[in-house]
Amino acid sequence: MSTSVFAPWDDPDAKPLIRFRNVTKRFGDFVAIDDLTQDIYAQEFFALLGPSGCGKTTMMRMLAGFESVTEGTIELAGQDIANVPPNKRAVNMMFQSYALFPHLSVYENIAFGLRRDKMAKDKIDARVAEMLKLTRLEKFARRKPHQISGGQRQRVALARSLAKAPKLLLLDEPLGALDKKLRQDTQFELMDIQESTGTTFVIVTHDQEEAMTVASRVAVMDEGRIIQVATPGGIYETPNSVYVADFIGDVNIIKGTAKPAGKGKYFLDWGVNQAPILAASDVGFSEGQECHLAIRPEKITITKEKPEEAENTVQGKVLDIAYLGNLSTYYVQLPDGQIIKAQTANTRRLSKRGITWEDPVWVRWTATAGVLLEK
Amino acid sequence: MKRLSPFNITALTLGFAFLYLPMILLVIYSFNASKLVTVWAGFSTRWYAELLSDEAFLDAARVTIKVAIMSSTLATVLGTMAAYVLVNSGRFFGRTLFSGMIYAPLVMPEVITGLSLLLLFIGLGLDRGVLTIVLAHTTFSMCFVSVVVSSRLVSFDRALEEAALDLGCTRLDAFRLVTLPIIAPAVISGWLLAFTLSLDDLVIASFVSGPSSTTLPIKIWSAVRLGVSPQINALSTIMIAIVTFGVIAASLVSKRNAVRARRDAQAAERAV
Amino acid sequence: MRRFALIAVPYVWLLALFLVPFLIVFKISLSDIALAIPPYTPTLKDGFGALIEGLDFENFVFLTTDDLYYKAYLSSLRIALISTLLTLLIGYPMAYAMARAPQEWRPTLMMLVILPFWTSFLIRVYAWIGILSNEGLLNQLLMGMGLISEPLTILNTNTAVYIGIVYTYLPFMILPIYAALDRMDDSLIEAAEDLGCSRMSAFWLVTIPLSKNGIIAGCFLVFIPALGEFVIPSLLGGSGTLMIGKVLFEEFFNNRDWPVASAVAVVLLLILIIPIVLFQRNQQKQAEAET
Repeated sequence: MSTSVFAPWDDPDAKPLIRFRNVTKRFGDFVAIDDLTQDIYAQEFFALLGPSGCGKTTMMRMLAGFESVTEGTIELAGQDIANVPPNKRAVNMMFQSYALFPHLSVYENIAFGLRRDKMAKDKIDARVAEMLKLTRLEKFARRKPHQISGGQRQRVALARSLAKAPKLLLLDEPLGALDKKLRQDTQFELMDIQESTGTTFVIVTHDQEEAMTVASRVAVMDEGRIIQVATPGGIYETPNSVYVADFIGDVNIIKGTAKPAGKGKYFLDWGVNQAPILAASDVGFSEGQECHLAIRPEKITITKEKPEEAENTVQGKVLDIAYLGNLSTYYVQLPDGQIIKAQTANTRRLSKRGITWEDPVWVRWTATAGVLLEK
Repeated sequence: MKRLSPFNITALTLGFAFLYLPMILLVIYSFNASKLVTVWAGFSTRWYAELLSDEAFLDAARVTIKVAIMSSTLATVLGTMAAYVLVNSGRFFGRTLFSGMIYAPLVMPEVITGLSLLLLFIGLGLDRGVLTIVLAHTTFSMCFVSVVVSSRLVSFDRALEEAALDLGCTRLDAFRLVTLPIIAPAVISGWLLAFTLSLDDLVIASFVSGPSSTTLPIKIWSAVRLGVSPQINALSTIMIAIVTFGVIAASLVSKRNAVRARRDAQAAERAV
Repeated sequence: MRRFALIAVPYVWLLALFLVPFLIVFKISLSDIALAIPPYTPTLKDGFGALIEGLDFENFVFLTTDDLYYKAYLSSLRIALISTLLTLLIGYPMAYAMARAPQEWRPTLMMLVILPFWTSFLIRVYAWIGILSNEGLLNQLLMGMGLISEPLTILNTNTAVYIGIVYTYLPFMILPIYAALDRMDDSLIEAAEDLGCSRMSAFWLVTIPLSKNGIIAGCFLVFIPALGEFVIPSLLGGSGTLMIGKVLFEEFFNNRDWPVASAVAVVLLLILIIPIVLFQRNQQKQAEAET
């Protein structure tokens, strides 16, 4: 039994830091958040993921205090914070545009929140020095925001938001403005800082790779509702709907009707002249119920010769190949027109690989490789 | 580097000559020893001496400056409040009327504004004097300040105010510590604009001033109705000199700031 | 709570010092002249009932009977329109040249346009007296060059008023047009020429329409104040120059007829409402188009 795995959401005795209870937020006629209930635990790195307009930013702004709640309650550490103004909450926010005060130096930006608390001068000095060290900005303390680079500004924004050691830190698309390499480095930095300071982070992002990298749990949202909350592994391997399966990573969706085939196993009738697919599923389906099989491209093997195992083999023709250096994705067209994506690592060099365009191939996968979903 | 066509250069030269020649001529003739424009009697500063020893003029100047400082400061405060409300508050009761009242003085003929205010003061039984001029100037200046400040506020990043609130500021502190320092140039421009408008106002002051509170424009007016007056030439030259100095200084300052900002941005990108 | 105070203070100020005075003007336009202080009747002291009874449209009727007034309104409209046109003809080429000027010149050119704007309006108009009078510098120059033998009478005529208005309001025309031209994408002209336009037709077919907003803004910024101008027609115009601002001022101060002056003001306001509303509408459309 592993005691070092961080999973308070599985612990029935754990008290959540944040509780959303039946929260609804309306802007006029538009419903931004629809009857949302969710618990977030202390020291989590919780990601709100979803497309534009799904409500993730609204949720964050309600936590910060910049939006009021139309219906429902939000509790922070057991207290209803509906009437607490943003300047009185133990919550701090790192803004998407950084919102650094242009007329103040880096030092003064970081010290700003501490000065509002009327902290003693030497204590402010010490704390700011600590933050500068944490974000490696000691050399830039006297500079103003327009005198430092974009990456440095991002670190100032982070240092400023952590200076008051808030219980909860909200990050609004913090890495959007950084280039890819810097973004990856910063993601790991953020995770380190979150662990070492023990702060609860809630991050809003539309970048699923980012969410999967940094988060302890990911909440996939759509149209004001949370569709699924799980660890990154859980979201990826066991999505609860076609929407979630499709949102994260690449996926093949095969539609068909179910037929029970034994304990926890089902046949999926999906195409004319095609043998039914065998799939394992914890969720029950009734005879004839419409369902979808979601299977990831990397779980599909592709071969020129017919595979020995009989289950879940389909023949098709290579329509297109996407070469990504380390991976190749083969777009295989099946006789009925459907396209299946199969992905393999390029373990052999270009010239030695056998499969090319127009080749007839066989694709196959195991019964447990995919997930059967209702919708 | 683009070069201007001869047509464009001509347009600019003629245009600016048209704009500046009258003022230059005023300056030249303020040093004319003779009263008349037709005769050049040699270089002289006697008109300046006469002007600066004329008590009535100096009194009027004092009143004018006093009124200008008071009304422009008050107008800046009220105008900034109005701008903040118009830009940041969404719909509120009577908003259309409010924004109408704010922008109306921009296009209202001064004779109408002056007349209406005088009638108000008479109706209230207020003695006409410095107070009434200040009230009048504040009222029409505040709309100009509001226009200047609100155009700056429109492009002001509200996230900065939210960040201030997030870090523990009250709304007033957030305005005082973050918004105001950043929009300060616009507020100062507004003050300068209000100051100039007050300094220069003839029509409204004619309506609402009293016998003991003559302003400089009113004195100038009574002098020039009779034709060219050399003391007025001297006064004009002084005023033109002050404005020129101010405009050139402001222009140099903004140029220096622009250069500095560019240099900083370049240094920032290099020192990653 | 605090937000209420923030809105209330400027709001109340404007209500008291802007709206109420207008209502008073309107009320007095409906009153009669009296030899009293204040020189109109009825006043509030007579009681509210008597106040309402004593009001009538007599002054407005008077305005229609004495042709001084309607001539003055028409003359003002005419003068304002012609001046606006002249200002446009002089201001547009200047703004155009500024927009085509090299970047290093721009701050200086801007400064040169703005400087007259900050200089006293009264003084700048006064300067023309010395130039345009019969013994003025212009006549001296023309006679000295032998172009004319008799001095031209320019001062105290409508011509001097045109010159005065154009001179004073030129920066208001140049700045919006320059802003519009500056925003314009140069490659549009290149595209037009690439498609077969000559320089001239590219100018008429592309530049002018795209700077339309600047032209409209500039024209309104000149026309509306010029309509109610007082200083320029008084200093530079003659007794034959009829402008409504002057008429109002004289009606008030010289004839001491406050009710008629108020009626003149009310009618002027009514005339002005149309261009003001049009201007607001245009600004709004422009603002929406940009978002």
